[in-house]
Amino acid sequence: MTYDFQFDAVFASWDYLLDGAWLTVRLSFGAMAIGLVVAILCALGKTSGPKPVRWLINAYIEIIRNTPFLVQIFLIFFGLPTVGLRLSPDVAAMIAMVVNVGAYATEIIRAGIESIHKGQIEAGLALGLRPLQIFRYIILKPALRTVYPALTSQFILLMLSSSVVSAISADELTSVANNIQSQTFRSFEIYIVVTGIYLVLALMFSALFAGIYRLAFAYTVDRR
Amino acid sequence: MIRAFGYNEFLFLLSAVQWTLLLSVIAFLGGGIVGLFVALARTSDVKPLRWVSTGYIQIFQGTPLLMQLFLVFFGATVIGIDMSPWVAAAVGLTLNTSAFLGEIWRGCIQSVPRGQWEAASSLGLRYPGLMRYVILPQAVKVAVPPTVGYLVQVIKGTSLAAIIGFVELTRAGQIVNNATFQPFLVFGIVAAIYFALCWPLSLLSQRLEARYAAPSR
Repeated sequence: MTYDFQFDAVFASWDYLLDGAWLTVRLSFGAMAIGLVVAILCALGKTSGPKPVRWLINAYIEIIRNTPFLVQIFLIFFGLPTVGLRLSPDVAAMIAMVVNVGAYATEIIRAGIESIHKGQIEAGLALGLRPLQIFRYIILKPALRTVYPALTSQFILLMLSSSVVSAISADELTSVANNIQSQTFRSFEIYIVVTGIYLVLALMFSALFAGIYRLAFAYTVDRR
Repeated sequence: MIRAFGYNEFLFLLSAVQWTLLLSVIAFLGGGIVGLFVALARTSDVKPLRWVSTGYIQIFQGTPLLMQLFLVFFGATVIGIDMSPWVAAAVGLTLNTSAFLGEIWRGCIQSVPRGQWEAASSLGLRYPGLMRYVILPQAVKVAVPPTVGYLVQVIKGTSLAAIIGFVELTRAGQIVNNATFQPFLVFGIVAAIYFALCWPLSLLSQRLEARYAAPSR
C-alpha cells in the first residue's frame, strides 16, 4: 500500500499554525529576556555573593540542569495550583521556560564574568568609575561578548524545547499541530510541516543573533 | 476515586526507572555507533559526505526532539510499519543522539593537531589505520568529558517518550498523579529520581574535564 500524502488539511489551517508559531516566538523572546536578567543576577550572586546565596544558586542550577524540562513543567503547572496558585498554561509555560533557561544561562554568564581579568576592574577603580559603571562596562559587556555564541545557542535550544510545553496545552506551535492532527488525522503531513517551521525559526533566530552581535559587540579588542 | 500515595505507587515509579535507563542505554549506544560515522563523515575529505553529514546535524539540531519523535512515530505508518511508542522512542532518540554526538566528536577529531595526520600518512598509514591507531585514540581522550556530560541530556531526553505514550519514569509519574492527585509529591519524587541519575554523571563529567584539561600542553 502506498501512502497518499494530503497536505490540504495542513494548508487549510495555515492561519492557525502561524498564530501558534507567533506564540512560540513570543514565549521564547519573553523567556530569553527575563531569563537573561535572572541569569545575570544569579551569576553575580554566584561570583561575589555571600556563601548561603552562592549555595542556593548552585542548588538551583544543579537541580534544573539535572532534571527534564517536562518534569519541571509538570511541577509548575500541576504543582503550584495545589498551593493555591492557579496558572493558565501559557503563564505556566513562560515560568517554566524562564526557570529553565535561567539556570543554563547563569553558568554561561558566570564563565564570562570569570574570564574578566582582575586588572581590568582595578583599572576601572583607578579611573574613578562607580561600582555600577564598573559592573556594566567593564564586567558585564565584555563578559556577554565572550560568551555570546554559547548564550545564543542556548536561546535557540530554549525555543526548540518550548515545543515540550504543548504537554500542558499552551497554544504554541506544537499544541496547534496536535489540535490540527486530532481534527484531520493527517499526522505525518502536519508534523513534517511544523518541523520545517521550527527549522526556519531556528535559522531566523541565529540570523537575528548574528545581527545583534554586529550592532552591540563588533568593536575590536586589543588582547595583550 | 482518589488513591493515597503509598508504597505501591512509589514502587511503580521505581520500576519505571528501568525503562528510562534502558531507553537511555539504547539511545546512547545506537547514537554512539551512528554518531561515530557522522563524525567521520563530517571530518572526511570527500565533499558530498561532508555536505550530507552537515545537513543531518543541522536538521537534528535545528528542530525539536519532540517533533523528531512524532515524525518517527507517525512516519512509520506512512511507510506501512506499525511501530510501538517504545520502538519509535528508541529510534528517534538514537537518531537525535547520533547528530549531537557526531558534532561533539567532530570537534574532538579536529582537535588532534594536523601534524599527527601528516606524520601518520607519511608513515604510510591509510585512512583506516590512521584513524584507528593515530587519530581516534587521541581524540577519545578529549571526547570523554563532553560525552559523559551529553549522557545527562540523553537521560533527560527520554522523558519526551512520555508524550508519545511510552511508560517510562515521567509517564509513570503522570499515571500516578492522575490516580492520587498529589502533583508536588509525585513529580517531586520523579524529579528527585532523575536528579539521582543525572547528577553523578554531571559531576563525573566536570571532574574528568578538570583532569584532562590540567596536564595537557
